[in-house]
Amino acid sequence: MRHRLASTAMGAAAIAAFLASPAFAETTLRALFMAQAAYSEADVRAMTEAFTKEHPDVKVELEFVPYEGLHDKTVLAQGSGGGYDVVLFDVIWPAEYASNDVLVDETDKITPEMKEGVLPGAWTTVQYDGKTYGMPWILDTKYLFYNKDILEKAGIKAPPKTWDELASQAATIKEKGLLEEPIVWSWSQAEAAVCDYTTILSAYGGSFLDKDGKPVFQTGGGLEALQYMAGTMKDGITNPNSKEYLEEDVRKVFQNGDAAFALNWTYMYNLANDPKDSKVAGKVGVVPAPGHEGTSEASAVNGSMGLGVTTTSQHKDEAWSYITFMTSEKVQNEYAKLSLPIWKASYDDPAVTKGQEELVAAAKQSLAVMYPRPTTPRYQELSQALQLAIQSAILGMASPEEALTEAADNSGL
Amino acid sequence: MSSAWITTRAWLLMLPLLIVMIAVVGWPMVDTVRLSFTDTRLVGTSGEYVGVANYAKLLTGSAFLGALRNTAVFAVFSVAAEMTLGVLAALLLDQQFRGRSFVRALMILPWALPTVVNAMLWRLIYNPEYGALNSLLTQLGILSEYRSWLGEPGTALWAIVAADCWKNFPLVALIALAALQAVPRDIKAAAVVDGAGAFARFRFVLWPYLAGPLTIALVLRTIEAFKVFDIIWVMTRGGPVNSTRTLSILVYQEAFSFQRAGSGASLALIVTLIVTVFAAFYIALMRRSGSRA
Repeated sequence: MRHRLASTAMGAAAIAAFLASPAFAETTLRALFMAQAAYSEADVRAMTEAFTKEHPDVKVELEFVPYEGLHDKTVLAQGSGGGYDVVLFDVIWPAEYASNDVLVDETDKITPEMKEGVLPGAWTTVQYDGKTYGMPWILDTKYLFYNKDILEKAGIKAPPKTWDELASQAATIKEKGLLEEPIVWSWSQAEAAVCDYTTILSAYGGSFLDKDGKPVFQTGGGLEALQYMAGTMKDGITNPNSKEYLEEDVRKVFQNGDAAFALNWTYMYNLANDPKDSKVAGKVGVVPAPGHEGTSEASAVNGSMGLGVTTTSQHKDEAWSYITFMTSEKVQNEYAKLSLPIWKASYDDPAVTKGQEELVAAAKQSLAVMYPRPTTPRYQELSQALQLAIQSAILGMASPEEALTEAADNSGL
Repeated sequence: MSSAWITTRAWLLMLPLLIVMIAVVGWPMVDTVRLSFTDTRLVGTSGEYVGVANYAKLLTGSAFLGALRNTAVFAVFSVAAEMTLGVLAALLLDQQFRGRSFVRALMILPWALPTVVNAMLWRLIYNPEYGALNSLLTQLGILSEYRSWLGEPGTALWAIVAADCWKNFPLVALIALAALQAVPRDIKAAAVVDGAGAFARFRFVLWPYLAGPLTIALVLRTIEAFKVFDIIWVMTRGGPVNSTRTLSILVYQEAFSFQRAGSGASLALIVTLIVTVFAAFYIALMRRSGSRA
């Protein structure tokens, strides 16, 4: 009986969909994406359209939220019984999602070809405790962008290889009167600040937690990283507005020619090089984020994101086929301007590398050293404590040491 | 018709509303009380009974006190500024001048704007690189260089108070204006003839008419200000260094970002309690003015 009712309802839905649009859809998937960095909304829509062309029986409803809303929206929908079939998730969430049963375990669906073809760093994005909770999609890290014009005017031959060198080059630019505050960052009280901190922490050889899961970022490399950040603020080589900036603000300042250096995600490269939008088109240089003498050559934060199927989805198979399409080599190579593919082979494909050789060269180095933020189900609390510490230190309200010690106490770990 | 039947009928007619109220307000409220004594998480495992642990932890932690302080500062100063500006604007608009109705219509615009739009607008005004406020203040010579209004803990909350005030003072002005129009013209004229000065006319002629409606506006605005969430969420999300984190923002973080539904529920109940005190005050006022009329 129930069965018949369901099929009648499905039939009715199909007829309704048929009447509403020429492409008759039997299944509707709801997918949650973000409208911030990486693939643009237009790119995601175009990819999805290509998918529905191949699968005329599936309709995909897209929803875009800012990164800051992605986690809460997913969890809220799940807490109230579902709503999305496919969700985009950040590398820091699988631990929490796995322990709360938000995502379907897809370990068995990963074919040997997928396992082989995708970069190992990308896989860590979607894995927790040996299980795979989706497909990596956005393989992203923060790079050091520089304005070639300003560096040349300052007589700087090559972009910095260490963080200390970055500070001294910025000081040179400031002394020569080319810019008041040459470096811009995203140090607003948000996850973006933690990403910058992680990058520098990894360069100084620090770590977040010890093997018992207790905080150790308040010592060694973790402390040095925050001391460095607060130092650049105090020395006036960091744009003081960085304390209220997110990634898009950083991009605007850099594109306007008001910064010599900026730390930002992949997507900024092609946007800042677009003459329609940017005053610095053609002068944008990109290198891996610097290292630290004696500990590292380059540094990078794992800022990748993956696509997964929710446990509340009624259409798990269709959702998975949508995900495999979106993350396929073909689709990713076609849209490689704002986000680089997860596939090893893509990096030798002229379709991907053409016009962005510099970015691809930087990516090869950066992606190999991507450093993860801690994988803990309580990540959100830890992150909040760190954001607070970063802000107190850069605002000069507490010493980096005091700030991080307090964060360690308040991290809930 | 017997009075018993009238009573029965009244209850019968209210029944649908009561059922809906119990379903959407009463039951969630009861469930929130239950949740507040557990360590339930938003998704995943259901929680255990933990007694008053949530309350104890909140009331002794620095987060709650900080948020309470921010909320109080926000409520006191934004409401005080809105009341003052609102009354001044109403006095001005009560005058006879050409284009008065145009200005009256114009004044209501900020209030008609959705809060989120207002917040975005003020974020642009406060922008540290190209914001109108920085540009104005440096051109007037008041500031020597651009400032990051929302990026400094010392100014962020005040910047939001100003933005909220701009949006909400028209409501107070509207209420005050309506009250002023109830003042009979001959009393006003008589006061002028008797030689009463401007302040005396305000204090003894207009104020008796204004006091009642303004108290109601005051209580309503205070309740609203205590619950403030959206304008802050859009402008600073509680930053920098939690200097704009109010109680509602804290409830959201506890319950949704950190998924501690139990602890979030206990915090929400504390906020409800505070607001209820204001609401009780409001009802008492309504009763008093009702019995006087």
